Amino acid sequence: MGESLTPLHRLLVSAGYRPRIAAGPPRRLPILWLAGFIIALLLLLPVAYLLIRVLQADATTWTLIRSASTRATVLRTVALAGSVTAASILVAVPLAWLTVRTDLPLKRMWALLTALPMVIPSYVGAYLIVASLGPRGILAQIAEEVFGVRALPSIYGFPGALYVLTLLSFPYILLTVRAALQGIDPALEESSRSLGNGPWRTFWQVTLPQLRPAIASGSLLVALYVLRDFGAVSIMRYNTFTRVIYVQYKSAFDRASAAGLAIILVLLTLALLIAEVRTRSRASFERSATGGIRKASSVRLGRWRWPALLFCTGIVTISLIIPLSVLLYWLVRGLIAGETLQPLWQATGNSVFASAITAIVALLAAIPAVVLSVRRAGRWNQLPERLTYTAYALPGIVVALALVFFGANFAPALYQTLLMLILAYLILFLPQAVGSLQASLLQVPASLEEAARSMGRRPWTAFWQITFPLLRPGALAGMALVFLTTMKELPATLILSPYNFSTLATRVWSAVSEAFFAQAAAPALLLILTSSLPMAVILFRERA
Amino acid sequence: MSPNALELRDVSKSFGSVEAVRDLSLQVAEGEILALVGPSGCGKTTLLRLIAGFETPDSGTITLGKKTVADGSTELPPEARGVGMVFQDYALFPHLTVAGNVGFGLDRVPAKARTETVAEKLALVGLQGYAERMPNELSGGERQRVALARALAPQPVIILLDEPFSNLDADRRITMREEVRGILKSVAATAILVTHDQEEALYFGDRLAVLKAGSLQQVDTPEGVFHKPLNVSVADFMGQTELVTGEVTPVGIHTEIGMVPQKIDLPPGTQVQLAVRADDVDIEPRSGAVAVIRERQFKGALNLYKVALPSGQILHSLQPHTLILPSGTAVEVKLEPGHPLACFHNGNAITAESAS
Repeated sequence: MGESLTPLHRLLVSAGYRPRIAAGPPRRLPILWLAGFIIALLLLLPVAYLLIRVLQADATTWTLIRSASTRATVLRTVALAGSVTAASILVAVPLAWLTVRTDLPLKRMWALLTALPMVIPSYVGAYLIVASLGPRGILAQIAEEVFGVRALPSIYGFPGALYVLTLLSFPYILLTVRAALQGIDPALEESSRSLGNGPWRTFWQVTLPQLRPAIASGSLLVALYVLRDFGAVSIMRYNTFTRVIYVQYKSAFDRASAAGLAIILVLLTLALLIAEVRTRSRASFERSATGGIRKASSVRLGRWRWPALLFCTGIVTISLIIPLSVLLYWLVRGLIAGETLQPLWQATGNSVFASAITAIVALLAAIPAVVLSVRRAGRWNQLPERLTYTAYALPGIVVALALVFFGANFAPALYQTLLMLILAYLILFLPQAVGSLQASLLQVPASLEEAARSMGRRPWTAFWQITFPLLRPGALAGMALVFLTTMKELPATLILSPYNFSTLATRVWSAVSEAFFAQAAAPALLLILTSSLPMAVILFRERA
Repeated sequence: MSPNALELRDVSKSFGSVEAVRDLSLQVAEGEILALVGPSGCGKTTLLRLIAGFETPDSGTITLGKKTVADGSTELPPEARGVGMVFQDYALFPHLTVAGNVGFGLDRVPAKARTETVAEKLALVGLQGYAERMPNELSGGERQRVALARALAPQPVIILLDEPFSNLDADRRITMREEVRGILKSVAATAILVTHDQEEALYFGDRLAVLKAGSLQQVDTPEGVFHKPLNVSVADFMGQTELVTGEVTPVGIHTEIGMVPQKIDLPPGTQVQLAVRADDVDIEPRSGAVAVIRERQFKGALNLYKVALPSGQILHSLQPHTLILPSGTAVEVKLEPGHPLACFHNGNAITAESAS
C-alpha cells in the first residue's frame, strides 16, 4: 500500500523532501528546454481559456454568477464535500488504526479489501447503488413482490450522493492515515506510557495529534474528489457545480454561463488546494523522526476483536461486496435477457487504445518536466513541473470546456478528434506520471550521473545508461496510474469524444441515464477489471 | 620535484552572493596526496567539483597534467577530463554488478583487456571473487573499495575523494583510511582527499591545504600545519587550541599564568595571543592557587582536565590517568610546551625564536 495510489499522491510524495540539487553539467540541453516549454504551453491552455472568459464576461454572466441559484449551487457543493469528508474520517480513522496498530485477525486482507473501492469509478458506484436501492432496483423489486410496497423513500439527491461518494473516497484518508501510523516513532508512545499515561490518554494526547496532518491531507483529497466528481452527482441527480455546468453546456448550449460557473468551481478547488499545500508543509514534522524505524507493538484487542471484525466486515460488505454482487446480478440478468457482449469490443478497444496512448504520451512529457525540476536549480526550470499542479485545480469538465473553446475558435481541424480528447487526458493526468517519475528520480542521487560523467559519458549517455534504468519502475507505475484514471474518466470523454467514438465509460453512462441497468453491467465490470489490472501491478511491485 | 598533476590559478566561484571559492591557487605534484581540510561550508566540495568539471569557475585556470581544462574561454566537460572521483555516498550504479561498475569507465577498452583490468583492480582493493555481486549485497567498507577500484580503473590523472569515510562507523573509518591510503600509495596515485576531520587530514595527506570561507589559509606538511599554524583560524581548526592573551616584554611574553620565555620581534607592550594545546599545559594541586579545576574527562589512558583561570579563560590539560583531582581543586598552571608556542598578532602568526 503506498502513496502512489492516490491521485494527488505527488503532493504527498514530494512533501518537503528535496535532496541537494546538483547544478548539473555546465552544458545546456536545448532539447530539454524546448520540451519543457511546449509542455508548459499545453498546460496553460485551460488557464488561458478561463482568463479569456473572465475578461469577456458581460453583464449577463455576472448576473448569473451573483444569482441565487448559483449561491444555492455553491452551498450544495460545499455541503456535500463537507459531509462526505466527515463521514469518510469516521470510517477511515478507526479502520486505519485497527489494520495497523492492533492484533486484528487478517489485518493485511482487511487493509487490501478496504482500499479496493478506489478502483470503482464514481458513476459505476452510483449506478450500482441506484440499481440496488433506487426505483426499478433490486430492493424496490423485492419490496414490491414480497411486501407489496410500491414506493420506497427516494435515494436520489443528497443522501444518495453522500452515500456513494463516502464509500468510494474514504480509502484516500485510510491510506494517508495508515502511512502516518506506520511512520510514527513508537518511542513517542512509549515515552508517554513511561511518563504515566494510560493507553487511552496516550492515544488522545500523543498518537492522534500526530495523525492530524495525515487526516487533514487525506480529508482534503476527499473534498477535492467530491468537488471534481461528475458521474456520481449526475446519476444521483444532485446539482453540484459539475452537473450544473454540464447541463448548461449540453442542454442550453450556453457556453458563457457554463464558463462563468466553471470559474467559481475552479476558485473553490483552488481554495482547497491551497489549504492542502499548507497542511502538507505543516505535516512535515511527522516525517522528521526517521531515526531507526522500529515497529510499534500491537495493541491487544481482546474481546473487542469481535466488534472490530464486525466493523471491518460491514464496511467491506457495503463498499465492495454489495456493489460487486449487484453488478453480477445485473450482468447475469442481462445475459439471460439476451444482452450480448458483442457491441462492447469496440468500446473496450477504444478505451484501451486512448488510455494507452495517453499513458505513453504522459510519460514522454513527464521526463523533461521532472528532469528539469529535480536536476536543475533555478525558478524557470521548475516551471513545467509546477504547472502540472494546475490540473489539480481543474475538474475534467472545465478542461473539456476549455478545449471545446480552443478547438472551435483556433483549431477547427482538431475539434472533435481523438487528438483533442487525448490532449484533455494529458492535461488532466500528466501530474500522475510526473509524480511517480519525480519520486523515482529523487531516489537516484545526482552523484550517479556525475560518476558516469567522470568516467567519460556525455550527459545524454549518462542519463540513458544510468538514470533511466533506475527510473523504470517509477515510469511503469506512473503509466499504470495514468492508464487507470484515463479508463475511468467520464466528463471530458462525454464532451470531447469524436462522433461515434464510444468508450466503456460512455457506455455505462448512456445505459444508466436511461435506466438500462442490465445493459450497463458488462461495460462497468470490464471497466473495473481493466482499471484494477495496473493497480495490481503497482501493488505487487511494492510488495516485492 | 615531480611535475604537477594539477594546478589551480586564481580560481573563483560564487553561487549568487555566496563566494564559495575565492582566488585560490594550488598545485598538486604527481604521486602526491593532498588533504583538503576545513569546516563544513568552507568551499572544499565546490573546489573538488570545479576540478572534476561539475561546476564552472567564474574566473581562473585549472590545469590537469598538461591540459588546461578550464579557463575563461575553454571549459572541458567532466567526461573529457580524466578525473577519477570517489563520492561521499560512493555512487555505485545499483543496477550494475561490481564488475560492471569497475569496468564502466573502460568502455573503449577491448573486452578482454577490460576483464583483466577489472580483475586486477578488484585484487588491488582486496575484493577478488566479488565481481558478480550487486552493490546492495556489499557492506559499507566493500562499497567504498568498489568505488575506489572503479575510480582507479581508467587510470585517471588524479583521484578526488569527497569525504569518503564519513559514511562509515568510527572503527571502520580508521582501518579504511589506512587501507585506502595504502592502495593509493601502492599505485603512486595522485589524489585529493576532502575532509572536515583534521585528524583524518593529518593522517592521510602528504600535505594539507586548510580552507576557510573559500580562501586557502595554509598549505604545508601535516607537522607544519599543526605546529606552525599561519593564523588563528588554522590553529583553532587544527584542534583543541585555546588562545591565551599576553603582552610582549623584553624577556618573553607575559600572560596571566606567568612568563613564557619566548622572544618576539615586536615592541614591548604589544598584545599577542599564544596558541595553547592541552599537551602544553601542566597542573599541580596547591592550596591558595588561583586556577580551579572545572571538570575531569576520563579518556582511558589519560585524563583531560578543564581548568578555569581567574580571568575566566578556560585551558585544557592532559594528565596521566593516575592523577585524579576532583572538581574545585585549586591548581597551579604551568606552560611547559617543550617547543615554541604559535604566537599571533592581529590574527596572523609571528615567527618565534625560542629563548630557552
